[in-house]
Amino acid sequence: MESHAYFPWFILLAPLVSAGLIQLFLRDSRELSVRISVGAVGVSLLFSVLAFFGPDTVKANEIPWIELPGFRVPIGVTVDALSKIMLLVVTGVGALVHVYSLVYMKDDKSQARFFGNLSLFMFSMLGIVLANNFAMMFIFWELVGVSSYLLIGHWHTRDTAAAAANKAFLTNRIGDFGFMLGILMVWSSVGSVVFSDIEQKLALITADPTYLTIAVLLIFCGAVGKSAQVPLHVWLPDAMEGPTPVSALIHAATMVAAGVFMLARVSFLIAPSPDAQAVIMWVGIITAVLAALMATQQDDIKRILAYSTLSQLGYMIMAIGLAAPGPAMFHLFTHAFFKALLFLGAGAIIHALHHEQDIWKMGGLGAKMKWTFRSFAAGYLALIGAPLLSGFFSKDAILAAAWQKDGFVFLLALLTALLTAFYMTRLFVVVFLGQPRSYAAKYVHDGPPAMTVPLIILAVLSVFAGYGFIGEIALGAQLWENVHHIHQGEGVGAVMALAIGAFVIGTAGGWVLYKGQSKDPILIPLFKNKFYLDELYAALIAGTQDLLATMSAWFDKWILDGLFVRGLSGATWGSGFVLRFLQIGNLQAYAFLFGLGVVGLIYFLVFA
Amino acid sequence: MLSLIIFIPLLAALGILLGAPARKTALGAAAAEFLLTLFTFLSYDKAKAGFQFLSSTPIAPEWNLNYLVGVDGLSVLMLLLTGIVTLAAIWVTPKIEKREPLYYACLLFITAGAAGAFASVDLFFLYAFHELALIPTFLLIGIWGSGERHTAAWKITIYLGLGSFILLIGLLDLYLAVPEALRTFNLIDLQKLATSGAIPAAAQTRPYIFLLIGFGILISLFPFHTWAPAAYASAPTPAAMLHAGVLKKFGLYGLMRVALPLLPEGAKHWANLLLILLVGNIIYVGFATIAQKKLDLLLGYSSVMHMGYIFLGVAAMNTIGLSGAALLMFAHGLSIAALFAMAGMLRENRPQLALDSFGGLAKPMPALAFAFGLAAFASIGLPGFANFASEMTVFFGAYKPAAGLDASHFHLAVIFALWGVVISAVYMLRAYRAIFMGEPSKEAAAWPDPFKALRWPVVLLLAVLLIAGFAPGKFLSLVQPTFDAVLPK
Repeated sequence: MESHAYFPWFILLAPLVSAGLIQLFLRDSRELSVRISVGAVGVSLLFSVLAFFGPDTVKANEIPWIELPGFRVPIGVTVDALSKIMLLVVTGVGALVHVYSLVYMKDDKSQARFFGNLSLFMFSMLGIVLANNFAMMFIFWELVGVSSYLLIGHWHTRDTAAAAANKAFLTNRIGDFGFMLGILMVWSSVGSVVFSDIEQKLALITADPTYLTIAVLLIFCGAVGKSAQVPLHVWLPDAMEGPTPVSALIHAATMVAAGVFMLARVSFLIAPSPDAQAVIMWVGIITAVLAALMATQQDDIKRILAYSTLSQLGYMIMAIGLAAPGPAMFHLFTHAFFKALLFLGAGAIIHALHHEQDIWKMGGLGAKMKWTFRSFAAGYLALIGAPLLSGFFSKDAILAAAWQKDGFVFLLALLTALLTAFYMTRLFVVVFLGQPRSYAAKYVHDGPPAMTVPLIILAVLSVFAGYGFIGEIALGAQLWENVHHIHQGEGVGAVMALAIGAFVIGTAGGWVLYKGQSKDPILIPLFKNKFYLDELYAALIAGTQDLLATMSAWFDKWILDGLFVRGLSGATWGSGFVLRFLQIGNLQAYAFLFGLGVVGLIYFLVFA
Repeated sequence: MLSLIIFIPLLAALGILLGAPARKTALGAAAAEFLLTLFTFLSYDKAKAGFQFLSSTPIAPEWNLNYLVGVDGLSVLMLLLTGIVTLAAIWVTPKIEKREPLYYACLLFITAGAAGAFASVDLFFLYAFHELALIPTFLLIGIWGSGERHTAAWKITIYLGLGSFILLIGLLDLYLAVPEALRTFNLIDLQKLATSGAIPAAAQTRPYIFLLIGFGILISLFPFHTWAPAAYASAPTPAAMLHAGVLKKFGLYGLMRVALPLLPEGAKHWANLLLILLVGNIIYVGFATIAQKKLDLLLGYSSVMHMGYIFLGVAAMNTIGLSGAALLMFAHGLSIAALFAMAGMLRENRPQLALDSFGGLAKPMPALAFAFGLAAFASIGLPGFANFASEMTVFFGAYKPAAGLDASHFHLAVIFALWGVVISAVYMLRAYRAIFMGEPSKEAAAWPDPFKALRWPVVLLLAVLLIAGFAPGKFLSLVQPTFDAVLPK
């Protein structure tokens, strides 16, 4: 076997080894576990780069995992344009976040556990990226959920963190319920879970369009959970209870993008089902708009960014529904950099302010945290689609795809762009400009180089990652062709003009409204309270699950067990009698039954 | 070899009753049991499949009754489970104040009975060995149990006695279903008869329903499950581990070994009933689990719930489903034993195990929190542990059930079963959060970590779960020939 055939295995195994060593043996040795974890991500990054410049499709060997007649699950890897770019994003941002965490988590007593879980996350996420079949993807899909749960709940003595971790895990499991069912449907029709087999035998499942649509939508449920789309979006803002580097890596750049990646991976299944595409498109755009509206009224810096992530993921999902996986992956690529940057910048601020997250207690930070300010500005401008920065290009491709399919959806997408510029300008102005509004905000400074250098690297990427020559190399010929095709289509000039218009209006609106303010001049309770969806869900859970649970437990105790069982035994022996002869009584009863059985058996054997 | 596995615990138990040092003898016997089952497991020749290590001793030639032992892929896996859980259970046994010799003897009797049932290739001994294991369970709960131990012991005695009785009727009915000249207790011969069609389809429905209900009661099939949570909550830790981990699997083993292969037409006839009942296990009992406020009851209910998944694999009547179900028996046995072992450690501080009497224990007990987390993850079916791989295999098997079964009913059952995966995450994460997360109380903050002293038995259980979870294919292909050989083509 050629040497590059081993690269994907090194990429995958390095973080597994690290996670295993740290979790099982090194939970008390902080220094060593940090080194192993950072070393592991370095190995993965190195081999990801090597794989990126290696041959396009590596026929790596598969390891049989389950082999039963009719049901075969290998652990096998795919290296193609799609996984190559994801490998770079995951290991690249992952490496920067590991380095950043060296400082951010320095004083944490559970540093070893943190880095062990980071390695576990890297292993899980890279498994999703490399998976060559549905079952393997589902395995790592679940593992990503576990590592996310562990990292959100890292500060487990905080009740809010514990609650957020549970919420994230359960919401994801609801999505996975559909995902698994979809996988079963595909397998049942095609007879294999391996992507290449399914693609070959696609006709078997496309023969029944309704069946295909249902299967695709169920698979999409998995993406709705993992990529936090409406109505399963509620876990992501709460997930901000985790340490900020985790928010940057997992809940902005990589894990939440897994849904988009998965849909791009199986786009050959989605393409033949226009109905499924329409649903996916609508879920995406609805998430984009709603999340942007919610973002306008939040006060917690991380939550604003979290809603922004939801909104941007909505864009990507919408692009998948528009049969534009190229632009979706392009935006995933650029978004990973600028959103990780924004989170790490927010982390630097929070760190400097001793865990203050309310933007109204910040202000004037731009003058004191120069590097943080500059890099954050780059990320901010890239996100709101300032012309010539990376977000501008990738968002433009998605907007153009919408324009070409559906005018109304395009308008909603444009509205989202305007809102994005608005709420991010609000954040930027309130945090960095004006006067400090708290004692802590007066005495802040940049973090050490291990914090600022990752910021600067990400800032450079946020500025340049959108240029065509980079995009073309990063996405590979096929996906880039998809982007290119859309750019060749009609109305591209108009789309760009309107996008710049939305950017200008949104930014100007935010600037005018929030410049020099010391408290929010606008109050829209509906947005501030996230459309009351959390309350609605809590009521739903109380009204259904908890009620059913109480009813079942009651029925079990008083009817099935109480009336039925005790009634039966009571009628036979009389409970008073039973109570008096408890210990011996039960043995006698048993012996009686057993003896009866034996007598019956002997009788039968001898006389029959 | 197999007879050694059966008689070492039996002899050790007798020795203890006659005055041998209880704990030392029991632990020695358990270690020997573990090593022997492991050795049998490793030396079983997968390439040849079929029953191996057969040995026969005539007991009553005039009835053609033989003490006949042997193992195939399925039973060798169950023996290994018996060996592992026995060692772990006896290891974690705390200091016993009253009648220590009888206590250890009871545990060893359970092991001997379970091992005998799994190794028997003769219907009579299969049944008799299981009965041998049941009686000590009642004693353990009645004498050394906690809480409402008398009620619990009474309930389990009546219930399982009744189950055994129905089972016996079913076995006799099965015996009678065979044409008179061919009647035998020998399972290998019976299987040949069944495969050749000697048991007419019309004669299969009645014995099957008796067997289903009889075995079902032993497995806590809905709605015959209410004995289980109460019994496990009252039982001393090692008894709960052995019963939930090993002995309860006897009923499932019986379905896979006796009911299904010998009465396939009967199984098909009652397939829809089984589907309804198993959905009861998963959904109804699942919801009841969510409402539990004490850890021991919660674990007991969860164990009842998880039986539903194994039933689902059995109901599918195909190699995929049954192989998955067999591995799930193994996986569930290990994970529930680990959970009960650790619940026992928590009992030291809060005998009632009320969930709201804990909180924040991850701080004073990091090792226990970590290990409990792993076992909880295993039990709710997360990848890396054998439970996930086997549950997934069951889902695939059940989604495409054997010919002659109504696939759409199975699809519905699979949907419910998948929702059950969400339910189990709800109760397990709630329990974990209530016990280990948050800020510990002043009193709890000073509690020592009980895991340090008792870690090896739990480590053993979790290690095997991880091995089987990373390489489930090895285990599945071990049990697959058992089902390939008996399933109607």
